[in-house]
Amino acid sequence: MKVFWKTGEPYVLATGAALAVILVMSLTLIGTVMTNGLGYFWPRALVQFELKDGSRVLGQITQQEKNPLSGERRLQLKVGNRDIFGQDFRWIDEKEITARSLPADAVLLERREHGNYFGMLKDVTAEGITLTAATPYEKLQQARKLVAGKIDATAKIKKQMSDLNYAAESIRLKLQKLEYDGKEQNATAIAELTAVREKKMAEFTTLNEQATATLAEIGKITARMTDAAGGSKEISLTEIIALQRPNSMSFLTKCGAYLERVRELLLDDPRESNTEGGLFPAIFGTVMMVLLMSVFSLPFGVIAAIYLREYARDGLLTRMVRIAVNNLAGVPSIVYGVFGLGFFVYGIGGSIDSLFFPERLPTPTFGTGGILWSSLTLALLTVPVVIVATEESLASIPKGIREGSLALGATKFQTLTKILLPMATPGIMTGLILSMARAAGEVAPLMIVGVVKLAPTLPFDANFPFFHMDRKFMHLGFHIYDVGFQSPNVEAAKPMVYVTTMLLLAIVVIASSTAIYLRNRMRSKYTTSTF
Amino acid sequence: MSQTQKQNDGAPILTVSNLNLHYGTAQALKNVSLDMIRHQVTAFIGPSGCGKSTLLRCFNRMNDLVESARIDGSIRFNGDEVNDSATDVISLRRRIGMVFQQSNPFPKSIYENIVYGLRIAGVNDKATLDEAVEQSLKNAAIWNEVKDRLNDSALGLSGGQAQRICIARAIAVNPEIILMDEPCSALDPISTLKIEELIEELKSKYTIVIVTHNMQQAARVSDVTAFFYLGELIEAGGTRKIFTNPEKKQTEDYITGRFG
Repeated sequence: MKVFWKTGEPYVLATGAALAVILVMSLTLIGTVMTNGLGYFWPRALVQFELKDGSRVLGQITQQEKNPLSGERRLQLKVGNRDIFGQDFRWIDEKEITARSLPADAVLLERREHGNYFGMLKDVTAEGITLTAATPYEKLQQARKLVAGKIDATAKIKKQMSDLNYAAESIRLKLQKLEYDGKEQNATAIAELTAVREKKMAEFTTLNEQATATLAEIGKITARMTDAAGGSKEISLTEIIALQRPNSMSFLTKCGAYLERVRELLLDDPRESNTEGGLFPAIFGTVMMVLLMSVFSLPFGVIAAIYLREYARDGLLTRMVRIAVNNLAGVPSIVYGVFGLGFFVYGIGGSIDSLFFPERLPTPTFGTGGILWSSLTLALLTVPVVIVATEESLASIPKGIREGSLALGATKFQTLTKILLPMATPGIMTGLILSMARAAGEVAPLMIVGVVKLAPTLPFDANFPFFHMDRKFMHLGFHIYDVGFQSPNVEAAKPMVYVTTMLLLAIVVIASSTAIYLRNRMRSKYTTSTF
Repeated sequence: MSQTQKQNDGAPILTVSNLNLHYGTAQALKNVSLDMIRHQVTAFIGPSGCGKSTLLRCFNRMNDLVESARIDGSIRFNGDEVNDSATDVISLRRRIGMVFQQSNPFPKSIYENIVYGLRIAGVNDKATLDEAVEQSLKNAAIWNEVKDRLNDSALGLSGGQAQRICIARAIAVNPEIILMDEPCSALDPISTLKIEELIEELKSKYTIVIVTHNMQQAARVSDVTAFFYLGELIEAGGTRKIFTNPEKKQTEDYITGRFG
């Protein structure tokens, strides 16, 4: 027995077991997220149940479990029609069910508001257009096709309107500045600008009327629907985003619908307080924030590390700085958030406002949370990681290489730029990867320095100066928190949480793998085996 | 080789007088005085820790990198004081090249390794660099082995080849002296032989100072041998004389293998 312990076998087993536990935990996490996230968009069958009390229910089965009170099996159904039934989900005991069927003509309508509608399509009232199709479903599709052009046109008008609005707003800010600088001396300029602004506003109003008229026209076309409970409802065409008959879809059509939903997720704006629609602004915000963060933290971290390792005398002060830097990485991120709010937002942002935009006060421009301050806060949070990684990789370069360069008459700076930094690059990249992964996942500090539930505009657009550093932005991590735990309809939002989590993981993985790929390319360049 | 240089053969190029070096409180060199003759090979022998490498690193001021090192005494290179604070260390190191115990090629191509010294000196003319690469690789007797793969990484070379690349790199900047700090200690006998033959060839153009643990090597390649023990220069003189008829008992004991 003693010999058995001496061989070290048990310790090897223990290390293996520890690894296995970690592996299982990671795989469970990823597996849960993937199955729930990927399955969300697959068109599920609409099942119709007839219950013992004679009522009928139509919906999609979302869960099955044992009722914790009675011990009976029960089903969770997504019944939709929130505006009618008051809730999206319903539990049904299996023993209550007398019959179940899959009605081929059951329709799923994705609506702009109130979630999905499940029911039967009775007829289409086509006012102003002629429909030739035979069945109501085909009629509805035809109607949608006919008005698609008009909807596109209104979308274009909306775009023009937002441009006009932006222009009018910038003129308003200019006016504000002119008035602040002196009403009398700038009187002519003010008059001119006011005229321009009023012209823009008038244009805006005309366009708005046009858009409203078009939408009202389309809105007259309605689909008359009946739900399983027997109620009927007129749903206007402008309300309908998508429709499908999941029970009569072939596998390929289902695949098409799935891909369409994925496209929507990646490229569209969110709807219904973020529980439906796409995630584009959040994806964009996350990626841009992480990139900005890298732009700040990488050079600062590398330069600081170079000074610490190559130039600073190795004394008490240097050692204390090094310890402080290492400990900075362990400070809770919310502390950075509070610091960012006090220092960047109120301190620097407030000063910028009072120096450059005094006319706008008390409305803050930079003196409120924004993508710039968020990136800087996260850069502060991740800079220790970059410093430590850079220092380590500089320290791991053999002494002979430095001496070889110096002995050839290179200065310290030449040695650094031509030999040491290229050799340290793979290590620096490792630091960058770690810091990017950390930054992409941080939520707490961002909540107080610039992330919002819904940002009306992206921090990057076609309006000069293109990057709007003062704007607030959306972030996938915060989106998970908001949709999952702050939404009024948590059960309906659950799939969205999984999808968002999956996307956040995907972004981290993509960013890391790109960096790892670059690092490996460099590594193979700088360290070919000697044998 | 210019006429004046030829005439200078036999005159000392490096003159060390009364050199003391301390690492903190420990004295590594004690009152060393020695002349290195132009176009000769001088070998430093002695047991580990006797200060021979330290002395070698004084010649191109590599000891500047050691913070605790303190030097007094004089080293004159062509009559100019090396330890003077006004001395331009960069140009000094360009004129006194160095080859290290561990071959240390940079993680660059063979070509870039050779031209490194020229590039940092501001030479960027392609023709000049090409010429320098060919010339120094030929002088380092490795041209035939690498001429077809000048753009491959120097890290892919064998130990002996890498060491000759380092020698080529050192002579590419056209120094007057080449310092070699145990250049063969990490090499196999065949590579060692090649380096030794190379030293024999280089002697006509450069002054060479070599530190070695291997007494046979010192006997084979050097014209002058200096024996160090515990930081002191015990005896220096013509190699043949040192190995056949040393004046000091310590020297004789060391070369006959009775201690060290």
